[in-house]
Amino acid sequence: VTNLLNVPIGKWARLASVNARLQTRLRQYGLHLGDRVRVLRSAPLGGPLLLEVNGREIALGRGVAEKIFVEVECESR
Amino acid sequence: MRVALIGPPNCGKSTLFNQVAGYKAETGNFSGTTVIFTESRVRVAGEVIELVDLPGTYTLEGGSPAGEQAARYLESRDVDVVINVADATNLAAGLELSLELLPLKKPVILALNMMDEAARLGLKIDGQGLSQELGIPVLPLVASKGRGVKRLFLKTLEVGSGGGKNSHTHLDSENKLKIMEETLKVSVVNEDMAQMDIPMQALYPQILNKPLGSDTSEARHQRAGELVRKFVTQGERRYTWRDGIDDVLLHPVWGYVVLLFVLFLFFQAVYGIGKLTEPPLLALFELLTQGALSPFGAETLLSELVLGVMQGVAAGVAIVLPYLLPFLFGLGFLEDIGYLPRIAFLMDSLMHRIGLHGKAIVPFILGYGCNVPAVMSTRTLEEPRDRYLAAALATLVPCAARLAVVFGLVAFYLGPLLAFGLYLFNLLVIAITGRILSNLMPEDTPGLIMEVPPYRMPTWRNVLSKSWFRVREFVVEAWPLLIVGSAALAVLNYLGLAFILNGLARPVTWIMGLPSETGVPLIFGIFRKELSLIMLGQALGTMDFDTALTSTQMLVYATFVMFYLPCLATMAVLKRELGTKAMIAIAGLTVIIALVSALVVGGMAKIL
Repeated sequence: VTNLLNVPIGKWARLASVNARLQTRLRQYGLHLGDRVRVLRSAPLGGPLLLEVNGREIALGRGVAEKIFVEVECESR
Repeated sequence: MRVALIGPPNCGKSTLFNQVAGYKAETGNFSGTTVIFTESRVRVAGEVIELVDLPGTYTLEGGSPAGEQAARYLESRDVDVVINVADATNLAAGLELSLELLPLKKPVILALNMMDEAARLGLKIDGQGLSQELGIPVLPLVASKGRGVKRLFLKTLEVGSGGGKNSHTHLDSENKLKIMEETLKVSVVNEDMAQMDIPMQALYPQILNKPLGSDTSEARHQRAGELVRKFVTQGERRYTWRDGIDDVLLHPVWGYVVLLFVLFLFFQAVYGIGKLTEPPLLALFELLTQGALSPFGAETLLSELVLGVMQGVAAGVAIVLPYLLPFLFGLGFLEDIGYLPRIAFLMDSLMHRIGLHGKAIVPFILGYGCNVPAVMSTRTLEEPRDRYLAAALATLVPCAARLAVVFGLVAFYLGPLLAFGLYLFNLLVIAITGRILSNLMPEDTPGLIMEVPPYRMPTWRNVLSKSWFRVREFVVEAWPLLIVGSAALAVLNYLGLAFILNGLARPVTWIMGLPSETGVPLIFGIFRKELSLIMLGQALGTMDFDTALTSTQMLVYATFVMFYLPCLATMAVLKRELGTKAMIAIAGLTVIIALVSALVVGGMAKIL
């Protein structure tokens, strides 16, 4: 379990835990605990991450990504 | 009959609305553009339907302004049918909302939009199975091309006239059977739809034993996932040409090069079109004004009043609209093609330095056209603190009217390079202000969470209706004030009371080293910013400003105009969006910033 910032680009990970407030906010964007996400891109100079979730793309600022803990999957599929 | 459209952001809900309602709603590819709902009366097969376009939301739960709005609407109004629009390429998210709608005990129709895209992605959706499972009609739709729209609304009528809140139970079994047999074959019209031979069946529910809606968001998410696994055969997301585009447009280096180029082209096009249309329109209004004045004779109160009103009308049509229209059209285009979220993505780290995040870039871009829509667009930000900060900073962005002052004064007399420099200085001031304000209001926000939709070819209808919607905001909110201000000024001039205003403004003009006559144009600039230029000639008694003002004075004047007090229309919107207190605070802040900036620019001009 690590935070989302530590997931290498192209790897899949599963959302493991976030704080309650952020969880509500993520839900509004259709993101839930247990969802598989893949880091597609990372903008330079402290810019956001671009994630693939359920076939959609969602941008997350670094401050947000830092607070999201995930389990990295061993094999990227 | 009242029909509500509801669905997640970017599902094409507003596109559907525009297809039936015409140029009456705003739509966007940028998540959550429609935070206010839009209503329209439409006629379907002789029946009048009150159609309402609710803001795009993934959930009815509280927390997001859009979700709350939608939920409140569904509770408070008598809605006969709910059309749940879902993006067929992303069914899971849409189904979560459907599962939340089912327990509301209102007739729901699920419209699977963007079936053409789904077909292209190789998705097969078992609409019949889904319909049976959910117990609601499921219909295919390609809203952007108008396909399936008619059938959807005929079905809506049928469901709605079935009677009140529980239409399904009113049908007798024979009817039910008949409807069950009515297989809605999607016709294979062209290659877009070629793979879409999905038999869709509209079906009314049998009595279902298992609970349909689920109580918690997590449960709904699970259930939606199950439904998708059961009824959609989905291949792994493939690498498409869209990803290829993003490889360049979101590239750490090329992304910014392209962004600068796009913005340059955009502003170039806007000013090109504006420059082309402004002079003939001004000439036309010159003629019209002469015509309107002729019955009144010269120098009477009435003729001055008519002159003032005509000037107000002319300023709106000939000075503002030539720039605002192409600006809004271009913006709508960038928005619908899906580029705005990419700009937000690229600018996020920069925006964090002024205490905001990427999404707040939209008010800034809009601000260059007009501050009124800019302040309105802060609604898309989730946190009150972000809205406040973004609105305060957006009012410092020089709008098209202030551009007229900067160009007419600085660029014309002192050279375009200096005008450009002033714009850079403006960015610097905004950055510093943002820094200071965000220190006063510590960041408490999670930061950027934003859906980045796939690139889509905009439909003209959508772009046009969106531009029209925003122009209407200007016409309704700002224009009347322009006309009233202009008329008031004419009366004041006629009565020779200008000296009082000059006296009132004297402390400010004195500090900046400006002649006292600049007081009136500055005060009337509050009504509309371009008055600060137009009336300067009147106040100084000459249109050759360089004979009456030194270069430094012109620079100082233009700098002050760039920042001080938002115009009345902007203040009205600030009040509506953030409250009176915030409006006063922001207005006061801009005066301080304007004074300091003007003094800094004046000081620099003297040194150089």
